[in-house]
Amino acid sequence: MSPITRIKGGRVIDPKNKRDEVADLYFQDGVIVEPPSSDSKENVVEIDASGLVVTPGLVDLHVHYRVPGQTHKETIQTGTAAAAAGGFTSVVCMPNTSPPADTAGTIQYIKDAVKREAVVHVFPTGCITVGMEGERLAPTGSLRNAGAVAISDGGKCVQNNGLMRRAVEYAHMFDLPVIDHCEDYALSADGVVNEGYVSTKLGLKGSPTEAEDVMVSRNVILSAKTGGHIHLQHISSKGAIDIVRRAKARGVNITAEATPHHMSFSDTALSEFDTNFKMNPPLRAEEDRIAILDGLEDGTIDCIATGHAPHTDYEKDVEFDYAPFGVIGLETALGAVLGELYHSKRLSLSGTLSLLTNRAADVLRLDKGSLGIGCDADIALIDPDLEWTPQGDAFHSKSENSPWIGRLLKGKVVTTIVSGKTIYHNGSILA
Amino acid sequence: MPWIRKDLISIEELSPEEILTVFNTAESFKKILTRKTAKTPALRGKTVVNLFFENSTRTRVAFEMAATKLSADVMSLDMKTSSTSKGETLRDTVENIRALAADMIVIRHSAPGSAAYIAKVLDIPVLNAGDGAHEHPTQALLDCFTLHEKFGSLQGLKVAILGDILYSRVARSNIWAMNKLGAEVTLVGPATLVPREFEQLGVTVSHDLKSALADKDAVMLLRIQHERQNASAFPSLNEYTRMFGLNKTRLSWLKENAVIMHPGPINRGVEIDSELADSSQSVILDQVTNGLATRMAALYLCSGGSAEAIAS
Repeated sequence: MSPITRIKGGRVIDPKNKRDEVADLYFQDGVIVEPPSSDSKENVVEIDASGLVVTPGLVDLHVHYRVPGQTHKETIQTGTAAAAAGGFTSVVCMPNTSPPADTAGTIQYIKDAVKREAVVHVFPTGCITVGMEGERLAPTGSLRNAGAVAISDGGKCVQNNGLMRRAVEYAHMFDLPVIDHCEDYALSADGVVNEGYVSTKLGLKGSPTEAEDVMVSRNVILSAKTGGHIHLQHISSKGAIDIVRRAKARGVNITAEATPHHMSFSDTALSEFDTNFKMNPPLRAEEDRIAILDGLEDGTIDCIATGHAPHTDYEKDVEFDYAPFGVIGLETALGAVLGELYHSKRLSLSGTLSLLTNRAADVLRLDKGSLGIGCDADIALIDPDLEWTPQGDAFHSKSENSPWIGRLLKGKVVTTIVSGKTIYHNGSILA
Repeated sequence: MPWIRKDLISIEELSPEEILTVFNTAESFKKILTRKTAKTPALRGKTVVNLFFENSTRTRVAFEMAATKLSADVMSLDMKTSSTSKGETLRDTVENIRALAADMIVIRHSAPGSAAYIAKVLDIPVLNAGDGAHEHPTQALLDCFTLHEKFGSLQGLKVAILGDILYSRVARSNIWAMNKLGAEVTLVGPATLVPREFEQLGVTVSHDLKSALADKDAVMLLRIQHERQNASAFPSLNEYTRMFGLNKTRLSWLKENAVIMHPGPINRGVEIDSELADSSQSVILDQVTNGLATRMAALYLCSGGSAEAIAS
């Protein structure tokens, strides 16, 4: 047996097990264990956590790791380093790679790269449709057998309602969730920002919240019809949140996530045409932002996911219309979320961390996000009051497309432990 | 009030005093243009580069002419056929042109924000000749200068802007300029092209032509940009003309002697009856002429010239 590690003197917050107390936490051989008895002769290694919060490693249901095919933006190595530096120990990667992950072979390719390079747990997803083209179902069962934890068309939305119904019905047979980016293309009509005052003023093409609302409604209807689980990505509109709230009240099998950027910014942040604020769905109006915070507070929105979408500087440093959608988020999520929910006094620290740990894991039924005895020793030691300012060149991600560069955040991970191994400490990857 | 800007990117960022500084300077240049030798050495030795990523005749020629009248060297590049079509980024293109000793850049581009973007990249003056549907500041300056000449001031003036507002940079720049100068602006046209969101810019939005034109001192028509819209914004050009085209009857709803404006190019028989475009109430060609003086003023002021010096 290897020695027992004692994380000493920290405030252990384990929302899954309703635990919030100053205590020691023990793990051995990569698994959380009971405290050794007082007469135990076992070796004990200590990690001092006094003054820190000891919480399950964070779980992100939505990252883009660009493998295979777009490794100039991110690799499994840099992407998982960014996760570790943000306190994340488990991530779910989207299948909109090049080629898209629409075959078992591509899922295996990703798993091989993960085995070689990853410093955190990576759960792949497969495509809903072949090539994410929205026309024919991808081999859902084979994708599941190869290791996909859900199916999704990445940043795309299946427009054909009949096909989507079949996808959900078919995946439900395998108990496989369907993850959807909710956007009606006829309504979004090549919009690059939210439709409203800001798009009107700047002359940028607007995408109305209704483009999201229509597809959220569609998904609620299809989930109710089939019983299949649909998970709604980066929900951003007040109307959509209201639809989810009412659907959940009548027991429809849907879940939803929100991103730190939609929680933190409204479209007024776009006055300078800064492409680090260009994402899809776009930053919405202030009332939508408030609705997201309300939805997280009352449980309508199940969890927070970053949508971590790396793009190089030369791809983003162009005219606003031509820049790709998306921002990175793994390394800034904790600070941003603590700011909007905990430091703002909307939620307790435990309630806030729950949205990044057990409640995220529960959406896809991942066996993560808990410090219970026997669970993987995936642990984050965080300082919720540490103030810091993100700098582009300090990110571990290969890309720097972050809207938080130069903005003060409060809250940061100090140490990240994956399966009992310390992989990140004070700014450095140790693996 | 002295002009301290390197660039002219938007009307939104200008103060009323700065707009009036442009008018005063344009008046001085207009006088120079009536002289026998209608030219001033103000920009002698400087090179102005016009980068046009979108089609333009009027604006490009006006900027070329303005630079010529200021004795600058000027070249106009049609960017649709240049290195950007080989995949070069806008940043690289303009940095190369800067490295070739350009002193000022005039840019027209289909992407909103592109002029602001290159103004941030470059240390030389950048003038926005239209960035997508965002702004077209020199157009608004010449339009308001024309009204300013005609009425003495825009204070209290009632202006209707009629047509495709949603896709119009001319409308946006004019809304800012007219509001800043004290005019009351009403936008009118079909609901699909004149969305309510514009009210937040401090204007009245109307879809009823008769009430919108009542008692207006001026009506500014905008071209129906049928090449830009998806087909669903309105049923047909024919229906647009029936519902919103300016004709003799509708002209009578305005104040007597109200002026008709149009930034061009006009679609005769679509947004305006042909004879009205040529009528005594039309100031369409005055606008074009004033476009030369205002663009001379804009180039001159951004190059560091002083309004007082040119007035004396």
